[in-house]
Amino acid sequence: MLKHILMGGIGLAILAACGAEPPEQASEESTQSQAVIDATALQMMLIAVEEGGTVELPEGTFELVDGLSLDVDGVTIRGAGQDKTILDFAGQQGAGEGLLITSDDVTVEGFTMRDTKGDGIKSKGADRISYRDLTVEWSGGPDEENGAYGVYPVESSDVLVERVTVRGASDAGIYVGQSDNIIVRDSLAEYNVAGIEIENSTRADVYNNTVTKNAGGLLVFDLPDLPKVGGHSTRLFNNKIFDNNTRNFAPPGNIVASVPSGTGIIIQANDRVEVFGNELQDNRTAHVLLVAYSPEFEDERYNPLVRNVLITGNTYYNGGYEPQGDLKMLAMLMGGKLPDIVSDGVDRWHDHDPVDLGLVIDEPEEVSYVSLGLGAYPLDAGNLAPSNERPDGAVGERLAEVKLTHVE
Amino acid sequence: MTRWLVITALIGLGACGATQAPDLDAILADNPARTLSEYGLFADQEGRTPSEGVIAYDLINPLFSDHTDKYRYVFLPEGTSVDYTDVDVLDFPVGSVLVKTFAYGERYLETRLLIHKTDGWEAVPYVWNEAQTEATYAPVGARIEIAADLAAPGAPAFTYAVPNKNQCKTCHQTGDAVSPIGPKIRNLNHEGPYGLNQIVDWSARGLLSGAPENAAVMAKAFDPSESLTDQARAYLDINCAHCHKATGSASNSGLWLEWEIEDAVKWGIGKHPTAAGRGSGDALVVIDPGQPDQSILTYRMASDEPGVAMPELGRALVHEEGVALIEAWISEMESEG
Repeated sequence: MLKHILMGGIGLAILAACGAEPPEQASEESTQSQAVIDATALQMMLIAVEEGGTVELPEGTFELVDGLSLDVDGVTIRGAGQDKTILDFAGQQGAGEGLLITSDDVTVEGFTMRDTKGDGIKSKGADRISYRDLTVEWSGGPDEENGAYGVYPVESSDVLVERVTVRGASDAGIYVGQSDNIIVRDSLAEYNVAGIEIENSTRADVYNNTVTKNAGGLLVFDLPDLPKVGGHSTRLFNNKIFDNNTRNFAPPGNIVASVPSGTGIIIQANDRVEVFGNELQDNRTAHVLLVAYSPEFEDERYNPLVRNVLITGNTYYNGGYEPQGDLKMLAMLMGGKLPDIVSDGVDRWHDHDPVDLGLVIDEPEEVSYVSLGLGAYPLDAGNLAPSNERPDGAVGERLAEVKLTHVE
Repeated sequence: MTRWLVITALIGLGACGATQAPDLDAILADNPARTLSEYGLFADQEGRTPSEGVIAYDLINPLFSDHTDKYRYVFLPEGTSVDYTDVDVLDFPVGSVLVKTFAYGERYLETRLLIHKTDGWEAVPYVWNEAQTEATYAPVGARIEIAADLAAPGAPAFTYAVPNKNQCKTCHQTGDAVSPIGPKIRNLNHEGPYGLNQIVDWSARGLLSGAPENAAVMAKAFDPSESLTDQARAYLDINCAHCHKATGSASNSGLWLEWEIEDAVKWGIGKHPTAAGRGSGDALVVIDPGQPDQSILTYRMASDEPGVAMPELGRALVHEEGVALIEAWISEMESEG
């Protein structure tokens, strides 16, 4: 494996970059076999690249001492492949992420980001972005010192994440926040606190992903006090969600620190979510958890309840056998185990009247369900009123498929 | 080319106080000049003496930048002025340049220009050479090794980071546009480098029009005659709010630290983190009233580790005085528990 130190001066770069100044000494051969990449020159290319241009990253392992950033529209950053181009940030001295993208119509593909000090790749206000064939990982395995998010698009519309692998994020591996019109598919999230999280976002399709060995698998959350609140219209389907029993290694304070190890899917404070065709297996706390936002809040725009969730046509095997966290205590009161699908039964907050949550569980009889019947937060075991009776809602109009403007 | 530079340098040296004038063509050119001297903003090659029409100014509260001394200048094209605005940063006319040199005493590190071009502001960084004879365009920034005790007595040796062009924008962002941060009326309204109140002086020079007699004045962050709240909010305003505002780079955090923000949750009281990751330390909220050691705000200010430290850019050292101020402010708050 080639290993190059990227600390030298400008001018050592041998990088093929369309749209940027072509390197003088590069030959096809040297690019393939003996790439020398210079961090300063790489950042220079990301600054100098023209709109619509491509920056090619050659094969090799490259040590970066600073975060990279891109602010030019329409650019593609393309590596030689996830196992061939590796950007190593173990020696990173500055910046809050490995790569920050702030321009529109960008594609990043075909490389690995390793051991960034903060987030892996963040894109903010970057519309029509594609993350493709990437690996973002922390090589030491689960550790609270790892960066928070692996792939982190935020405040964007039209987001594609496909064939991406994230390992070791101390928050969510693939995190899409405060965005609209989102597809996350064909990806692998493992050994993160949360595998894939859709937060404060609208219209997301999350499918054909493998989500395993996280503390929590797939999360659909909405939090108060953010510029965009009111998450709705997310579909989780055809995902394999198994053995998400890694300890929760999130630093306290972060919302995912409250995720009990061993949960497959958590839907919190969202409206209109569909869960279908997923394979759930060996998640020790619960396969599916539906919960309201429990801390106190003042944001008047915010609705903390889970509303209008449809759960249908999933397969469930061996879940809820050893509940963790707050649910362990509640499960003890009910015999120690939890059913496949668990709702907290919270249907009101502050001085609001209880509402019909519109929950539809369209699954065979053998799929087990409980509503804890808590009614309201803060959590009080004295309010526990468990019921296995399924809500009687019927399947209504289904959500439309997400279509991205920039992807076929 | 080399010869031409030498000649220019000689002229510069030999003509102390001469009539070197800013070159508007260079200022408004599509591409940044290779060297700082090409703009004619300084009468000397070493960038110590401003040209005529380039006015020194300073701010009531400066951003902490690793204890650097900062030398600020403003240039407005001849015959133009900037209109008074009460709250927002001044809207300088096209062709204006804000010049800021970062230095430890006479050791100049970098000079950043903010140039108002016809299609908006552009941030252009220049790095000084060791010999202190020339500052060269450095779009990718630079790292400069700083010896112990140079930044401040007792300060460790560290690597000073000159931000790259994209990083300039990270802080100087308002929506999609780049804009200045410091020169707001309330932050200029005091006695400047010429010993005159800058609002009065700028008005007299014809640089500023429409300023009232009693323009707003920012609380001084380290003046104990101000309330702790005013000091702290003033400190957070200049050190954090350029990103932590609705149109800034950290908008998604929902933590907005501008002076004007009145909603206590927005400036951190009891606010849960959004994407802090390990930056939260062991704290649950940004500000836990009465508990500075359980507040994310102070934890991140007191860190010098990438991924934890705030601000993310432009700070390698901890501003102990700033941390102490914010700790004192949070301590003074009444605990809600």
